[in-house]
Formats: sequence, C-alpha cells, structure tokens
Amino acid sequence: MSLSTLSSQLSTAATASSAAAAAASPDSFLERAPLELRDWAVNLLPTPVQWLAHHLITIVCILAVFGLFFAFTTIAERKLLARLQNRLGPNRSGLPKLSILPWHFKHTLFGLSQPFADAIKAITKEDIVPAAADKLLHFLAPVIVVAFSLMTFAVLPFGRNIIPVELDAALLYFFAAGAATELAIFMAGWSSRNKYSLLAAMRALAQLISYELPLILSVVPIVLVTSTLSTKAIVLAQSGWTFGFLPHWFVFTPWGFAGFIIFLIAALAESNRSPFDLPEAESELVAGHLTEYSGFKYALFFMAEYFGLTALSGLGVTLFLGGWQAPLPFLEFIPSYLWFMGKLICMIVFFIWVRGTLLRLRIDQLTRLAWQFLVPLALLNIANAAFWVLTTQWSLPLQFVRWGVSAAIVVIPFIMMGRALSASYAPRSYRYAP
Amino acid sequence: MLGSGIINGLIVTAKNFVGSYHDPKRMVTVEYPEQKTVLPENYRNFPFLITENATDPMGTLRCVACQICEKECPPQCIIIEKSKDKKPDANGKMQIYPAIFGIDTSVCMSCQICVEVCPFDAIKMDKVFEIAATNRFEGLFLTREQLAKPNSYYHEIHPVEAAEVDERLTAERKAAEEKAKAAAAAKAAAAAAKPAVPVTVAGGSLPGDRPGQMLGLQSANNSADPGLSRASATPPGPGSAPPATKTPTPEA
Ligand code: SF4
Ligand code: SF4
Repeated sequence: MSLSTLSSQLSTAATASSAAAAAASPDSFLERAPLELRDWAVNLLPTPVQWLAHHLITIVCILAVFGLFFAFTTIAERKLLARLQNRLGPNRSGLPKLSILPWHFKHTLFGLSQPFADAIKAITKEDIVPAAADKLLHFLAPVIVVAFSLMTFAVLPFGRNIIPVELDAALLYFFAAGAATELAIFMAGWSSRNKYSLLAAMRALAQLISYELPLILSVVPIVLVTSTLSTKAIVLAQSGWTFGFLPHWFVFTPWGFAGFIIFLIAALAESNRSPFDLPEAESELVAGHLTEYSGFKYALFFMAEYFGLTALSGLGVTLFLGGWQAPLPFLEFIPSYLWFMGKLICMIVFFIWVRGTLLRLRIDQLTRLAWQFLVPLALLNIANAAFWVLTTQWSLPLQFVRWGVSAAIVVIPFIMMGRALSASYAPRSYRYAP
Repeated sequence: MLGSGIINGLIVTAKNFVGSYHDPKRMVTVEYPEQKTVLPENYRNFPFLITENATDPMGTLRCVACQICEKECPPQCIIIEKSKDKKPDANGKMQIYPAIFGIDTSVCMSCQICVEVCPFDAIKMDKVFEIAATNRFEGLFLTREQLAKPNSYYHEIHPVEAAEVDERLTAERKAAEEKAKAAAAAKAAAAAAKPAVPVTVAGGSLPGDRPGQMLGLQSANNSADPGLSRASATPPGPGSAPPATKTPTPEA
C-alpha cells in the first residue's frame, strides 16, 4: 500500500488560513487534507487506472515539492554562505520583462528568482559530449544519478500518514538506492574517456565507500533499539514525552547523540559537501568526474547532489530527530508534514553553516578520519546501544547509572581517540616561516 | 578536545551571519549601480580637453591644435585636424584651433603621454569609466564636442593637480606679462618708429572675459578660473622664460 504527499503549496496555503483553528487531534483535517485531496483526484478516474494514478500523483508530488525545494536550497545556500562571510549574496534577479505586458514589475524579489535564471542558463547551454566518450554511458550517468537519489525519497515518512512507500526494509532500501549513485559517479568518470575524470571518479568512489561504512554503522544502533527497519515504526518509537516536555527523540540519548554526530559527518561526506567536497573541489580541480559534463547534464549531477543531501537529511530527521513528531505536546496542532519539513530545513541550514565554516580536508585526512575515527566510534556505539537495550528494565535509580555508563562509553573513547589522533599532528611547527 | 576548533569556527561564522544584518561596517559589498566607491584622486582613464569657459566650450578650448599629442600617442588614437582660420582664444590672442579632435577610446591605453607632452595644459585625464556603448565607432570614438569639459570640472576630479596647473599657469602668465611690460617699456624707451603692439589687449571679443590689463592683479587665485589669463602674450623674441621656449609657434 502506498500513500503520497500532495502539493505542499496546497497544504501550506490551507495551513496559513486555518492553522490556528485546527483541532489538536492526531487526525485533524489538515493532517488528512493531502491524502483526501489525492483520493478525491484518484476517484475521478476510472477504476482500472486508479492504482496508476495513485502512484503517479505520488511521484509528481515528490518531484514538484523536492524540485522546488532543491531550487530554493541553492538560493538559500548562496545567500546564507554570503552572510556567513559578510557578503550580500545574489539579490539582483527579479522578474523578466514580459513584452506583452504594458508595465514592468521592477522589484528584484531579493534575488529569489535566481534558481530559475540558473535553470534557464543550464538548459540553454551547449551540451558537449567528448568525441571519444562512451555516448550511452555518458548520457545515462546523470540520468541514473538523479533517478537513484530520487528513489531514496520513497521511504521517508514525510508526515503521520504520508509515506510514499511503506516498506518493512525501508532502511535497507534507502541505503541500497543511495549507494547506487556511486555507480553513476564511476560511470560518469569512465565514460568521459578522460584520465582526469577517471582518476577523480576513483577518488570520489574511495571517499563515498569509506563513508558508507560509518553512515550505515551509525544507523545500526537505531535498528538495534527499535528492532525494526521500517522508517515509519522508527518514527513511532520516538513518540511521547517524559514529564510532558522531554521528547523521546533518539538524539537525546547518549548513543543516539553519538550516532547523530557520526551520521552528520558521514552524510556530509556522502553528499560531497564541504569540508568533504574533494570529488569536485571547485577551487582546486576543474570538476572532478564532472569535467566532461556541461549544460543540463551538469545541472542534473548538481541536482542529484542536492537530492542526496535532502534525502540524507530527511533520513537523519526520521531516525534521530523524531521524524514528523512535534517537539512539545501543545505544538501538535501544526500538521506533521510541516514539522518534518521544518526539521529538514534546519538540517540543511546546518549543513550550509558547516560549509561556510570549515576548510576542505586532504584526501589522506579524509580517509583517516573515516577509518581511524568514525568507524571505531560507530562500532563502539553499537555496543552502547546493545547495552541500552539490555538495561531497559532497570529501575529508576539505576536509570541514572544506565545513562552515565552509556554516556561514558561514547565520551571516553572519543576523548582518548581525539588525543591519540591529534597528538602526532599538532601543534604544527613551521621551519621557514616565523 | 577534538572538535572544539570546529565549534569555535561555527561560532565565528554565526557571529558573521548575525552581524551582517545589523552591522554595516562588516559588509564589504558595494552594490555598484546604486552605490559607488569614491575613486582615488589619481585615478585616470581617458583624456579630455579643457575649455576655459563652460558656456562656450568650443570657443575656449585651450588646445591650439599643435598636434604634438597626436604624434606622441603610442597607439595613435588621437586624430587632429587644424582649422584653416584663426579664432581668438581665451586671452584674445588669435590662434588656430582643432577643427577636428577625436580620441578613439577603444584604442587609448590611458598612458597619459598626451597629457605630459601637451605644452598648453589643454588635455588632461578624465575619471569616467562607464562608457560602455553598443556601437564601437559612434560610441567609443569621442569627438571634440564630447571631449571638451570646463576647467572647473578638472578642479572637481583632480583638485590637487588642477590647483598646481593653475598656479603654474598664473605664474607663467605673470612672468610673461612683466616681460611684455619690460619689453614694451624698453621699446618705448628706444622710441622705435614702430611701437610694439601689446597683444593682450587686442581682441577681447569673448563675453565675460577679463580685460588683459587686469590679469596682473590676479595672483595665484585658483578659484577664479585663472586659466583665462593664459600667458599668450609672448613678446617677439622669446627669452629664457620656460613657457616661451616650450611654446611652439603655431602657424607662424
Ligand atoms: S592616454 Fe595615451 S593612448 Fe590615450 S590618447 Fe593619450 S597618449 Fe594616446
Ligand atoms: S598637444 Fe595639447 S595643444 Fe597640442 S594638439 Fe594636443 S591637446 Fe592640443
């Protein structure tokens, strides 16, 4: 069975008009509105094609919502990065002059139409395929990378009732689809018939595979504790509040917090974001494995990167930040999908913040961080989660011991490994410079 | 502790972010078409011709079409055609003038050589930089009319340099004046049959011009358009005065 999101514009418009009046019950009108709208649309069609329409609406909604989300992530990223560096960011693009209109609305819209200008630019650029390239693979690589990164959205629970495909092995599916984009990256490097592209693709692959491990290992504790792979069940496992205000999100447990940090770092590396953006370091390489891509195909890779980032952020929200759950009970009147989107936006803003702050790592530092630091910590964290599961039945005073032990299991190795790893590198002495 | 540096860095950028909204001093961006930076005093790019009087720019060009700049310009982007007739210049002396004076700014390399070689301080460097045009020949080839700008404009864009130029011109003119007087006195004393004609009082057809005899009173007063009193009254038989030696005799 599959449910779907509906146009977020519709839902937000409805929210704006009657958010205050909405009832606090879990199945308030706003909560159900997207589904009912979809069912209404599906029922207009003859019965034989209803199942098809059902899925198509889901797909179109994901494409529309996350396509727009991608567009505005790019402008938000540019504006935020600019502000983090005391610049203004793009603020010029307004509305195009339409010659049929007698007047021209001259406002620059704070540059918010920039992504559309960028899109038009990307589409109208010449698409260059190297003469020696493997034409088919060269064409397929961007298609596949976008397709697989979009597929990961299928199992994210966007709201209480809104999950495109309810799979029992949703987590497995997510990582399988996410890992398939690595294939497309190698396809891109290989089919370009350019040794630099190929080398860059191999580097990218080395990075992605290195970080696939901590990414998945950081998720295992969640599976261990909730004993399910279904994203929907994982979100439900985080419902409820202690004393009525402390949410049961996994990020607020010692193992969950450690897992979340590892997940964040690995997600940054998986989505090729700064400080792990070596595969196509704009300021150093031409574009890594994308060297031979131009125009719309390049834009597709770019898009896939942001889809991957959004999907991984969505997974982080689902697994660690309580998914669509409201942080406080009295805030439940806000529909669950808005909570999900809000948390998603917070994650993305955090990623942008990190990008505006940190420097790019060297490839050896990058792999060392993964294999010497994140993987051992993630493995320890699994043991930590096992301890957490075993001690669920402990009585109240022992609960404090449980928290202390669990925190110690992650904090002490973190500090010790941090000391050991940085001992041989810092402080750096300069031989020639004063 | 490992990671504390990252947190410190995040705090720095967060401060930047917040500060960028309420602290204009942090922002380095100049939003160009609306805001402009003040150009440095010595900024220069294309030459312009100085006129003495803004109301009659073509009549009071300092340029006497000596064509030195045309010959010196390294990329050869100046074109000058001398006039067939003579016109009284700002001081009333009859001079030839450029009938055509053009500078191709698409070729000009802003070297300032034309300015340095001009013996009349007639050509100076301008500060305009927004001269983009859609037509290479009509838009970027500046004619006499487009190039002529009053001396007061020169004072506006290069105040220090213009003050120096005007001071020098006044001094030169004063020296020439005295020399002319001395020569006239000497000639009068010699009681020649033919008296020397003081050129400075001849002409005077230009509106608003000061009479030549007033010029001596006007010492280094830069604000009152002292360029009016250009040392044009070079007496016959130039002595050792620098302006006199520097001045080529146009169409003797
Ligand atoms: S600035 Fe140089 S290139 Fe330009 S007109 Fe003068 S001499 Fe010629
Ligand atoms: S050197 Fe000076 S006076 Fe001679 S033509 Fe050039 S601008 Fe005119």
